[in-house]
Amino acid sequence: MRAIKEIRKPPVADLENLHAYRKVKGKKKKKKKTKTLKQRRKKKSERDSHLTQVFNWNKWLLCVDLGLVGKMTMNQRNTIDLDQGWDFMQKGITKLKNILEGLPEPQFSSEDYMMLYTTIYNMCTQKPPHDYSQQLYDKYRESFEEYITSTVLPSLREKHDEFMLRELVKRWLNHKIMVRWLSRFFHYLDRYFIARRSLPALKEVGLTCFRDLVYQEINGKVRDAVISLIDQEREGEQIDRALLKNVLDIFVEIGMGQMNYYENDFEDAMLKDTAAYYSRKASIWILDDSCPDYMLKAEECLKREKDRVSNYLHSSSEAKLLEKVQHELLSVYATQLLEKEHSGCHALLRDDKHVTAEGTTLVKQAEDAASNKKAEKKDVVGLQEQVFVRKVIELHDKFMAYVNDCFLNHTLFHKALKEAFEIFCNKGVAGSSSAELLATFCDNILKKGGSEKLSDLKLLKKPWRRKKLARRLLFDKSANDEHERSILTKLKQQCGGQFTSKMEGMVTDLTLARENQTSFEEYLSNNRNANPGTDLTVTVLTTGFWPSYKSSDLNLPAEMVKCVEVFREFYQTKTKHRKLTWIYSLGTCNINGKFEQKTIEMIVSTYQAAALLLFNASDRLSYQEIMTQLNLSDDDVVRVLHSLSCAKYKILIKEPNTKTVSPTDVFEFNSKFTDKMRRIKIPLPPVDEKKKVIEDVDKDRRYAIDASIVRIMKSRKVLGYQQLVMECVEQLGRMFKPDVKAIKKRIEDLITRDYLERDKDNANLFKYLA
Amino acid sequence: MPRTSSRKGTTNSTASGNSSTVDLFRAASGKAASKELERIDQLFYSYASNSSGMIDPEGIESLCSDLEVDHTDVRVLMLAWKMQAEKQGYFTLDEWRSGLKGLRADTILKLKKALLDLEKERSEGHRTADFYSYAFRYCLTGEAKSIDIESICLLLDLVLGSHFRPQIDALIQYLKIQIDYKVINMDQWMGFYRFCNEISFPDLSNYDPDLAWPLILDNFVDWLRSKRG
Repeated sequence: MRAIKEIRKPPVADLENLHAYRKVKGKKKKKKKTKTLKQRRKKKSERDSHLTQVFNWNKWLLCVDLGLVGKMTMNQRNTIDLDQGWDFMQKGITKLKNILEGLPEPQFSSEDYMMLYTTIYNMCTQKPPHDYSQQLYDKYRESFEEYITSTVLPSLREKHDEFMLRELVKRWLNHKIMVRWLSRFFHYLDRYFIARRSLPALKEVGLTCFRDLVYQEINGKVRDAVISLIDQEREGEQIDRALLKNVLDIFVEIGMGQMNYYENDFEDAMLKDTAAYYSRKASIWILDDSCPDYMLKAEECLKREKDRVSNYLHSSSEAKLLEKVQHELLSVYATQLLEKEHSGCHALLRDDKHVTAEGTTLVKQAEDAASNKKAEKKDVVGLQEQVFVRKVIELHDKFMAYVNDCFLNHTLFHKALKEAFEIFCNKGVAGSSSAELLATFCDNILKKGGSEKLSDLKLLKKPWRRKKLARRLLFDKSANDEHERSILTKLKQQCGGQFTSKMEGMVTDLTLARENQTSFEEYLSNNRNANPGTDLTVTVLTTGFWPSYKSSDLNLPAEMVKCVEVFREFYQTKTKHRKLTWIYSLGTCNINGKFEQKTIEMIVSTYQAAALLLFNASDRLSYQEIMTQLNLSDDDVVRVLHSLSCAKYKILIKEPNTKTVSPTDVFEFNSKFTDKMRRIKIPLPPVDEKKKVIEDVDKDRRYAIDASIVRIMKSRKVLGYQQLVMECVEQLGRMFKPDVKAIKKRIEDLITRDYLERDKDNANLFKYLA
Repeated sequence: MPRTSSRKGTTNSTASGNSSTVDLFRAASGKAASKELERIDQLFYSYASNSSGMIDPEGIESLCSDLEVDHTDVRVLMLAWKMQAEKQGYFTLDEWRSGLKGLRADTILKLKKALLDLEKERSEGHRTADFYSYAFRYCLTGEAKSIDIESICLLLDLVLGSHFRPQIDALIQYLKIQIDYKVINMDQWMGFYRFCNEISFPDLSNYDPDLAWPLILDNFVDWLRSKRG
């Protein structure tokens, strides 16, 4: 049943008989498909209304294949002469043409088809020299050519622009129908002659005729017409989009599977025109509009172009088109947009607009609020600052979103955003810099154990953060260790491991310290004689991770000395190679004060405890005595005594009873002290932290500058002053902005330390001393 | 003193004659020269303390009174400079010898005169720098690399005061009131020198803070300018 296998799929119009077809093939009916088939059929039948046929094409083909038709006619066959045969065909073709032209013609009947087909069949199957396959093939083509040249082309030539386009579409549709039907008539050629000779199929021949005769002549005009319509639409006019779609479909279909006609003949020109169009527009807009307006327009254009593609351009054009538009509108003017004097993106993100403006407004608000409060309290880390910080974070989030989404994460914008934030963050708010506030804010949040998402902690300068973290960890105010870790992980992701390694170290240290404590307690329970006398908890920190703390040579009271000793022994059993430095300034102590009324437990710092314990030996002590016995600095002594005698809880009575402690004062144990609580906390006001932290930051920076200078000089050996400063600034740029004066000072210091020397002849030249 | 024998005439005349072109070594071998040497040595021992074998501060004081100069006078410093004395307040025999030989002085009188000449010599360009830096080194005590502000002020006055009176006055005034620096190191010291020589005063028009002037001078200039208003 070779013949059956060779049955080509029926043309779609015949789908009313697809049932039968499918039955032949042995497939099952699919209800859904038939439904859509019906729809499709409807459409097709609408189009081909003048050509509807009730012809059972496939059954008929089958009969032919089975030789029934042929056989029937074979016996009765007379050799058909070419001219004769062709004459007959010509009649059919003319009929078809007439139908296409809309002239009144009766439809093709089944007999008509049969006869036409059979004629061809016979003429091809006759014995040579009467097998006219080749001639028929040629005549087939000629039919098209003749029709096109005589009818189609003239009609197209006489029309222009949109009318021409419409005509073209109509002619193309007609042609397609003509091809379809003629190729059915000549179908037999397709099956054997063409296949054997590997010639282009009938359909292809038909389309090629159209292409070579019509398309080649007219595509230029068509293209121009289409493009001008597109431009009109861009200017805001309404155009017939369906028409354009149909026209462009021609370009696509004429390629017969390939897009080269579409691309070469239409797309290229269209893209060029688009570019030119937008280039013109852009050059006008860039002068007139501010950056935001321009951007809005650009966005609008892009949207419209996309719309255009989905409506009538071929989808393959989308990417290219949008790229062109973007290029013309944005890339070309990118730098201009960014730098546009008053409204460029740079300016927007930086100067007196947007981020910085809003940021500065926030700062100002906070400043005002803070200065109002100043009259009442001194260092207000109050609600205002909290609000301020929250707003800063919101602002940053907002702009970060812009940068990410709109500017596609472009590094330039990231940088601008960062710079903008740096600018206003560096402005102080009521004496403390924004960075510090942010750090304090984090601090507070973590204290409360809140689950706030701190979006960008990069803003926080490292030392502030570290100090705050350290304090927090040590004094265990942090509600949640896990939380700390999560913040750290986030920080790590954002800023890189280096930044957070120390902080991680700190958190790890604490975990270790806890373990340590457990083993210490074990040790104590195991060694009865190693009894410190009081409960002792020690936290061991690794020096490298933690900020440097001043440790003073406090004279410990006897009780504490024992504790220290015991722990030291214990620690020796653990590791021999480590040195323990005791930081008494960070310790706390629970001390029982046996006052007349009742015993009150006081939670104080080690310094305060030491001071209080002195009064176990004598009731009255002078400032000098206390200082000598404690071996602390003036600053510390003043602070300690102030907290014990002039603050909320007057554990000691001060003579004279003034508000401040002076070196001539005398202190006495206040046995009459009492409080309704059984346990009180006596805070020791910390050293002006800010100043200290600033100092430490400066110190860190000094080291950084030193290292940088030495590095540079080591590699360059000889370098001029200005050059050195420039390179130093560049090297350190990532971490902080070094002050030129600071660099100069460090250079001088390095000269004194014999790292560098000034050249004898040129005072501005420095030489590296190995 | 009786003449020691040996060498002949020509060297004598050259030895006692001019001071600048004499080859010390040849002169040393001359009769007069050796006599000179003796005198120098004797002079040394007249001031040296017996215990240390050097001229100690006491000795220097008496030397100064003999020279009729104040021991804080710059000429003493110049003498030390000539000698390239290592330690402030002490002269060793070798230093003494080389210094006085260079000065062609073997008596106090000659020394006096020599010192006056020395002053003249110092005002010639390049030597001043040498003297200037020496002055600083001389005042350094022990391992220190810098000198405190007080002494610096005195030293400045001493060494440069006569030449650059207005600058030095202003500078000393500034140094006393500023708090950034408590000591001055060699680099800054030389900076002062360059400053006095190169920068026009009092307008300070050619001072460029972007150059590698020591920071203290930048601050000094700022202070001056702000004072002027």
